[in-house]
Amino acid sequence: MAATFQGLGAAAALSLSGSFDPNRLHLPCRRSLSVTRLSFVVRLEERIVSGSNLPPRRAQQLVSKAVATKADAASASTASKPGHELLLFEALREGLEEEMDRDPQVCVMGEDVGHYGGSYKVTKGLADKFGDLRVLDTPIAENAFTGMGIGAAMTGLRPVVEGMNMGFLLLAFNQISNNCGMLHYTSGGQFKIPIVIRGPGGVGRQLGAEHSQRLESYFQSIPGIQMVACSTPYNAKGLMKAAIRSENPVILFEHVLLYNLKERIPDEEYVLNLEEAEMVRPGEHITILTYSRMRYHVMQAAKTLVNKGYDPEVIDIRSLKPFDLYTIGNSVKKTHRVLIVEECMRTGGIGASLTAAITENFHDYLDAPIMCLSSQDVPTPYAGTLENWTVVQPAQIVTAVEQLCQ
Amino acid sequence: MATAFSSIGVIQNPHCESRSVPSRKLYSAVLGSTQKFRFNPPSRSISGCSETLGKPSPIYAISEVFKEKKRKSASSSSGLLITKEEGLEVYEDMVLGRCFEDMCAQMYYRGKMFGFVHLYNGQEAVSTGFIKLLKKEDCVVSTYRDHVHALSKGIPAREVMSELFGKTTGCCRGQGGSMHMFSKEHNLIGGFAFIGEGIPVATGAAFTSKYRREALNETDCDHVTLAFFGDGTCNNGQFYECLNMAALWKLPIVFVVENNLWAIGMSHLRSTSDPEIWKKGPAFGMPGVHVDGMDVLKVREVPKEAIGRARRGEGPTLVECETYRFRGHSLADPDELRDPAEKARYAARDPIATLKKYMIDNNLANEVEFKAIDKKIDEIVEDSVEFADGSPQPSRSQLLENVFADPKGFGIGPDGRYRCADPKFTEGTAHV
Repeated sequence: MAATFQGLGAAAALSLSGSFDPNRLHLPCRRSLSVTRLSFVVRLEERIVSGSNLPPRRAQQLVSKAVATKADAASASTASKPGHELLLFEALREGLEEEMDRDPQVCVMGEDVGHYGGSYKVTKGLADKFGDLRVLDTPIAENAFTGMGIGAAMTGLRPVVEGMNMGFLLLAFNQISNNCGMLHYTSGGQFKIPIVIRGPGGVGRQLGAEHSQRLESYFQSIPGIQMVACSTPYNAKGLMKAAIRSENPVILFEHVLLYNLKERIPDEEYVLNLEEAEMVRPGEHITILTYSRMRYHVMQAAKTLVNKGYDPEVIDIRSLKPFDLYTIGNSVKKTHRVLIVEECMRTGGIGASLTAAITENFHDYLDAPIMCLSSQDVPTPYAGTLENWTVVQPAQIVTAVEQLCQ
Repeated sequence: MATAFSSIGVIQNPHCESRSVPSRKLYSAVLGSTQKFRFNPPSRSISGCSETLGKPSPIYAISEVFKEKKRKSASSSSGLLITKEEGLEVYEDMVLGRCFEDMCAQMYYRGKMFGFVHLYNGQEAVSTGFIKLLKKEDCVVSTYRDHVHALSKGIPAREVMSELFGKTTGCCRGQGGSMHMFSKEHNLIGGFAFIGEGIPVATGAAFTSKYRREALNETDCDHVTLAFFGDGTCNNGQFYECLNMAALWKLPIVFVVENNLWAIGMSHLRSTSDPEIWKKGPAFGMPGVHVDGMDVLKVREVPKEAIGRARRGEGPTLVECETYRFRGHSLADPDELRDPAEKARYAARDPIATLKKYMIDNNLANEVEFKAIDKKIDEIVEDSVEFADGSPQPSRSQLLENVFADPKGFGIGPDGRYRCADPKFTEGTAHV
């Protein structure tokens, strides 16, 4: 089902530089669906939402317990259950609520998550249902309450810590780096830290430099953590559930401008795989790797590119740490050209790491140097025009593809 | 040697009732520093924190109980602060701490352990006084000066020494080292290298205890957490943030400040605007207690009440223990800055000698019994060294274990398999 954009106000709307026709987002699938025993394949009106068209892997038995309960989903048609429509923030809430229902040790901590319902409404209504202790309103002390979440995780709970804005988690860097990532190892494996740290980040609508940060690049070196970025209501819910169920500390990156995306998601329970990338649009000419909000800029550019005769393969990498080198590698082996489109800064960003990883592993398959489009190394300006120029726009993506495909 | 502070726990009540503050001697006498300190009288009015809290806190109980005990012990016939069995147990624990740390110094200079090693000599009364009153399920969070906390909590000397030697039989498999002692079995949650970063973790452990009782309805869960840290930490933001949260939610935690007056070479007086740390408790709505940390009998009285408070759900307590480290900050510290006269003053208040004298003077035990304990501890410590010496170094295969609780976190490799399924993973040579 096509994802539609709901404008609910200036801050919330995802504005695209050109006119955008949501109905064209849904691109026909080129692959026949093979019935596999991969239970996380969900046919959503003929759009493949996960990398299920790849040959079954030996590792499947490892992931099966983290995946949807319907083992025969492939054969069970989703046509009888049309699913329900919701916005991305509601999908996050649904995932969180389901996990809190399922396991009483799951709790939420953060600023304004309780009575206020969350500054982006992700936890709305949860405090009424679960109480003030399970949905804890904290004072404004990121370092301390993140550390408190870590201590609680070490002693048996499964906290979900919300940073009101990802940028605020810079204040919690001590706890995230030293304790969250390292204590499992430093304690010789005695204490696990099944914490989820989540919050909105990314460049918004003229929020100013400090509210427009992309912390994925700062956190990526921390050993012992996993990072995922959601981009659609479907993967938001699935990744939220997977992150909560994971025994590892997971940082879930959401984006301020994507909270009001609308999509139809399945009624039945599903959990996605934290380590896998998502095939958004299969293609032949070039691999475009992206995540979070840039996925939409890429897809918009893809429309233009298709009209010009190109056939881009678009992969939403989703897992920022570790990278899904299998999905990415298969794509590179097929297309031989790579373009990375990200919202991170140029220096030391996710794209930089991804470039290195692809060069190391798939150098022989490349016909052209990897191109990486990132945001400018500039504190995000307030002025709208300047802000637009700091992030990658669809026109730049089109130009880059044309350049790479010469 | 005793000062105006040494025996009475002074409590300030956020209820703003008691305005009279006992007169203080000059800080130089109390704290042993030769530095003159410009005396600031404490403020008369405490802001209406109790109004905002909305609940009166019965903290008078601590000082009253404490003073009661003192009066009672003076007048009652037995008049003793400790029984023979308890006394010998306490003595043994303190001697274990002292002996172990002395052995650490020897081993370090012989090249058996490396890095930063911070010894606890002189502060044993605090560790023993508090931790011996805990149950096994209660949690302890410490700092880098954690060997003796680990021993008091019940981790065998063998495991601690092995960890220091970096052997695989150490309590953290050799992966933590001196500054990161952990034990799930004994509920020791660190061991932290950065000061202050353990306090939020301790707050989290206390939160879990409250959560179990109230959200998971395990009504008999009354586990308490002790957070140990030093005077330098009390100028750190994490300390204050956690005092606030602990008091706000009445978490079952006791904050124990081991004020040994020195943060490496920085005197407490030179770095702190108001050096009376215990006063900072009432500012957040919890009792603040000051106690002579060189006398284990005095120290013991405080946790009896503070831990009881926490178990009953009445909230946290801030305890400042005036103590002293006989050695330098770490084994790499030449310790040239501290005044020898100050060191001598505190050496005369050695907690082990003080306890021994008390017990002998009150006919609780005799020299023979003490010597027997000394010998026993010597054997334990020597055995721990032998054990550590004879233990294997970690093999390469240990390198990649324990990075993730779920090793799928290393991700999917180019061949489609999870990296942890790669046989080189168990060998520790896999590329992750």
